[in-house]
Amino acid sequence: MNAIYALYDDPHVAQQAVDNLRAAGMTDADITVISSEPFDHFEFGHRDAKTAMPWIAVAAGVVGMLLSYYLLGASQRSWPLVTSGMPVVPMWTNLIIIFEMTMLAAIVATVITLLVTAGLPSRGGKLYDPEVSNGYILVGVENPADAAKLEPALAISGGRIKRTL
Amino acid sequence: MNRTATKYIADDLVRPLFQSSVWFYAIVLAAGSVVACGAAAWTYQIWNGIGVAGIRWPVFWAFYLVNFVFWIGISHAGTLISAILRLVDAEWRRPVTRCAEVITVFALMIGAMFPIIHLGRPWLAFWMFPYPSSREIWPNFRSPLAWDFFAINTYLTGSVLFLFLPMIPDLALVRDRSTGWRRKLYGALSFGWRGTTKQWNRLESAMQIMAIAILPVAVSVHTIVSFDFSMANVPMWHSTIFGPYFVAGAIFSGIAALIIAMAVLRKFLHLEKYLLPYHFENLGKLLLLMSVLWAYFVFNERLTTWYGNEPSEMAVFWATQRGRFAGFYWTMVTCNFVIPFIILSINRTRTIAGCVIASFAVLIGMWLERFLIIVPGLATKQLPYSWGNYGPRPVEMTIMAATFAAMILLYTLFSKFVPIISIWELKAGLPSRLDKATLTEASLMSTRLDELGPMPPEGQRP
Repeated sequence: MNAIYALYDDPHVAQQAVDNLRAAGMTDADITVISSEPFDHFEFGHRDAKTAMPWIAVAAGVVGMLLSYYLLGASQRSWPLVTSGMPVVPMWTNLIIIFEMTMLAAIVATVITLLVTAGLPSRGGKLYDPEVSNGYILVGVENPADAAKLEPALAISGGRIKRTL
Repeated sequence: MNRTATKYIADDLVRPLFQSSVWFYAIVLAAGSVVACGAAAWTYQIWNGIGVAGIRWPVFWAFYLVNFVFWIGISHAGTLISAILRLVDAEWRRPVTRCAEVITVFALMIGAMFPIIHLGRPWLAFWMFPYPSSREIWPNFRSPLAWDFFAINTYLTGSVLFLFLPMIPDLALVRDRSTGWRRKLYGALSFGWRGTTKQWNRLESAMQIMAIAILPVAVSVHTIVSFDFSMANVPMWHSTIFGPYFVAGAIFSGIAALIIAMAVLRKFLHLEKYLLPYHFENLGKLLLLMSVLWAYFVFNERLTTWYGNEPSEMAVFWATQRGRFAGFYWTMVTCNFVIPFIILSINRTRTIAGCVIASFAVLIGMWLERFLIIVPGLATKQLPYSWGNYGPRPVEMTIMAATFAAMILLYTLFSKFVPIISIWELKAGLPSRLDKATLTEASLMSTRLDELGPMPPEGQRP
């Protein structure tokens, strides 16, 4: 993989580098920002923030609810045993299991959505620098058409420019 | 911003993973030995039959079920507290959440073992599982025990994921500082995490949703555990108050367990810079609140029973108030209310040591509470001819001791392989990382962290 990137120890400078890359014609999809912590109070930290995850969780919860409703009713009818005078399909007691299955489906769907949308698990081969774990913020572009043109955008105070091939 | 501080935090919190003190081996050896004794005792019980335990007619639920309820209660420490603190965005949660979430996972695992131990024939535990057998016989979904199965497994699954997801960035951090087999192991466990803005945003969204979803599950779990009792027509069990009463008791004992775990971690892993007196004071206030709430529930339960004056209930009532269980009862009241109320309501005594003493008292008191709910009701049923007594046998006591040792062992091993404080959350909470709206509260917690210098040389570290 070919990439040009710089490491910054100040999120304000990293934000400036992102702005410079945009000014140099890069789109948000082209710019990679990697850090060892989230930066919620910086604009670059909100790129890709939009997600359908809550709706997927709700939809999965509804599916879990309907499936468990069917599972309980069908299995109770297949062995119609009257217990303590309760109906064969007693909704009061079934509601407890339906609730648990609803929440379980929502939780599992959330985790699956996270893994899929965040690209996990990932086998490497992508832009990364272990220095990130020491608190640096990586701002770069993977497979740039003209790396030399981007170098001035990244060469701002405190930035350590690196290239990979 | 202070990158030196963030690097210091990462170095300092990863350090226990690469260095082992004599204490670590001593604790593992001691706790492991007790766990081995517990395993031997369980094997002995399986070999000889459940008769080697002290459970006899009419008290068929005793130590094992007491411990089941106790450990499920302890499990409320983590995920519930962590989820609430995350949702209200309490800045002081940052060093606390993982310590708490770990308690949940291990306490649930331990608690869920007790019904299996209590079965006597654990190889038949699969009868509880909902699988389509050739005879089309499914579990009785009307039974509270089947509800337990679903609730505990949902909570356990959710809690494991709730613990694991925010661990991924920290596992990646450990990966970057490791070599050899450790690098491979942490590389696999971190799923190739890089820390792109997209990954951070997805992780934070997922944690928000999980926090919202796990809260009602946590409440439902202990409510359903209370249904094991309140659905039965046993004196002092068949009560509508049991659901909230059990949930409040669970949170109460959970906070106590969390305070003790944090104090031990602070001492042995030298986490004084992260687990501050401020955190203990906040948890101490929560413990005080739950102590008062617990007393309120006990008063409600006792007053209603006494006022109703129903003979079979009054027999249990007096057996606990001034009869053969009175010693346990008043010890419970002292441990759950008198001691924590006195210690935690006075500013000068709401110190780390004070909170730990109060927490130990609460754990003893809450264990006794579970005992007093289960045993007197069964031993003093409606008809006097069915009254009986219960005394635990060595097998039960050994298995119970082994579960406490198992908790210590699992917690020690976990803190050896994973940073016990969420590094990325702590870094994200540094005053230099926050906006002005949250700065005041956060600066109380971590101003000192932001001012840290470089990591001292190897020989000079604490």
